[in-house]
Amino acid sequence: MEETALGLWGVPLAILAGAIRVSTPFIFVSLGETLTERSGRINLGLEGTLVFGAMSAYAVAVLTQSAWLGVLAAMMAGAVFGLLHGFICKFPKVNDIAIGIAMMQFGLGLAFFLGKPFIQPVAPKLPAIPLGNWSSLPQVQAALTINVLFIVGLILTFSIAWMLKNTRVGLILRVVGDSSDAARAMGINPNTVRLLATAAGGALAAIGGAYLSLFYPGSWNERISSGQGLMAVALVIFARWNPKGCMFASLLFGGAGALGPALQSVGVTQGYYLFYAAPYVLTLIILIMTSSPTTRLSGAPEELSLTK
Amino acid sequence: MIKLPSVSRRQFLQTTLAGAAAAAATPGLLSSAAFAATPLTIGFIYVGPKDDYGYNQAHAEGAAALKSIEGITLVEEENVPETVDVQKTMESMINLDGAKLLFPTSFGYFDPHVLAMAKKYPDAQFRHCGGLWTKEKHPANVGSYFGYIHQGQYLNGITAGYASKSKKIGFVAAKPIPQVLQNINAFLLGARSVDPSITCQVIFTGEWSLAVKEAEATNALIDQGADVITCHVDSPKVVAQTAAGRGAFVCGYHANQSALAGDKYLTGAEWAWGNVYTDFIKTMQAGKPIGNFVRGGLKDGFVKMSPLGKAVSADARAKFEATQKTMLGGNFAVFKGGLKDNKGNVVVPAGKDYTEQAIELESMNYLVEGVIGSVA
Repeated sequence: MEETALGLWGVPLAILAGAIRVSTPFIFVSLGETLTERSGRINLGLEGTLVFGAMSAYAVAVLTQSAWLGVLAAMMAGAVFGLLHGFICKFPKVNDIAIGIAMMQFGLGLAFFLGKPFIQPVAPKLPAIPLGNWSSLPQVQAALTINVLFIVGLILTFSIAWMLKNTRVGLILRVVGDSSDAARAMGINPNTVRLLATAAGGALAAIGGAYLSLFYPGSWNERISSGQGLMAVALVIFARWNPKGCMFASLLFGGAGALGPALQSVGVTQGYYLFYAAPYVLTLIILIMTSSPTTRLSGAPEELSLTK
Repeated sequence: MIKLPSVSRRQFLQTTLAGAAAAAATPGLLSSAAFAATPLTIGFIYVGPKDDYGYNQAHAEGAAALKSIEGITLVEEENVPETVDVQKTMESMINLDGAKLLFPTSFGYFDPHVLAMAKKYPDAQFRHCGGLWTKEKHPANVGSYFGYIHQGQYLNGITAGYASKSKKIGFVAAKPIPQVLQNINAFLLGARSVDPSITCQVIFTGEWSLAVKEAEATNALIDQGADVITCHVDSPKVVAQTAAGRGAFVCGYHANQSALAGDKYLTGAEWAWGNVYTDFIKTMQAGKPIGNFVRGGLKDGFVKMSPLGKAVSADARAKFEATQKTMLGGNFAVFKGGLKDNKGNVVVPAGKDYTEQAIELESMNYLVEGVIGSVA
């Protein structure tokens, strides 16, 4: 190993690498939540789904020695969580936010309970594509070793954006999200659409969990997520329910999160607690800058219990 | 609402006491307990999962060693945060399980949580891992125990000093508390005993267990040229795997991580809590008071080293074994007189070596010369 120090150039590189490595779970969870919220329902339980996805992916990967089967298992588990949330919320006077919080605790508890025997074993990792071979710098090579799921996330972002805008499915989702009455008039059952949208959202969030446990950091334990699922739900509002916005917000968040360790590694060591707050400070600043006292949140689905 | 039959506290006590007296009077009923070793319920509290390849696993393995002792009932709770939650856990262990001896193992439990409970329950004994108990300030039913694991990190540093080509080694640390700072400093001093030009870069993550940040920190260290990595976080699994995956050497901590890092594993500083806990219990069962301030290192069997890995050279092995032998003899000072911190202040007075027992080490608040990092 002949790595040389990059000096200060390490900081922008670390931010780029962090954006790629850390953002993937945020992308998947926020895309999933966008689907759900565009249908007019909010699922706060995705933190639980994320952690359960991480656990089930890891467990299945350990048992079958196949990382992709792990991802598949996580997707199915996530969809089941989504279906359960969607099913309960169908009943009148049920509050989707409260159910979401309950589902989060349920998912966490179940994942901890079932995940106990899988903390120790080592699971096979998801494959990564080395896109940095053109560079002679090992740091650049490491930064550009990109996981397949990250690329899938990017493709999914643009396909969901296109789907929402141009397809019949997208139209149905938006109608249900903006007006249940209009949807019923069209002969669409809003509950069915929301049920499916929540299930799809759960499946996507669980893929984010699979990325955590099977690629980066690539290990299952009970602290694996530390709130990333909750943050991703907040990112959806930050991104104004727009898939491309979700992607950029996730990349920004991942990059800002890499700032703390990177600055310490080049010798900027004072006040690291402050740098660790960078992603949250950034989010606050952007939210304040883009807020307006006169108009309501643009892009918010009308049926969302947040905006009612 | 269901209405409970009203029984006054006095009535309740009378009936239960009468029952207990009757049971005690019946010969044979309680005799098995009376003739065996004194029954004792012990509570263990962990801050994380007890199979984390790290800090909590080391303690849980120590606790498991007690199961074979007769008369011992073990109650354990994991994932207890360093907040008022741990007070509730301690209270329920004392009140519901009848625990007489508690081991709240995480650093942040001590002040104010253990101290508050010790005042409230003077009959229970509390032994805390890592806290600095002093006779004047703290209740008599509290005590602290810890091992001089920085000896192990010094030995880690020796293997790192031989293995490093870039002359830069890295340390992923959780919080800048004395025990962590001792380990960082000892790791560098061990490496510098091989080559005085070596520097050690430290990154603090700010939390005991944050998988993503630990992985980011490991990557950042390696990006800056560090080629041997060790850590002081609760679960070194992520650091060991990430570092070995990037091709850097790994020195383990808390437990043996050689299974995770393979050929890249040099050695590791491990706990041997089983010995320590067994001593506590044997003393208590013999009816003697247990120590309030219990410390030990390699010599006392509190700490042990992982077997040396394949990548350790013959030179490194020779120096490692020689140093370990001196440490086992009990008079090896990691922190020697005239040592400066990384701001240039002399932190160990000239002519005064701090061996592992030196009480000054337990309030360490500096990083020594050669460590790149700061404590705040």
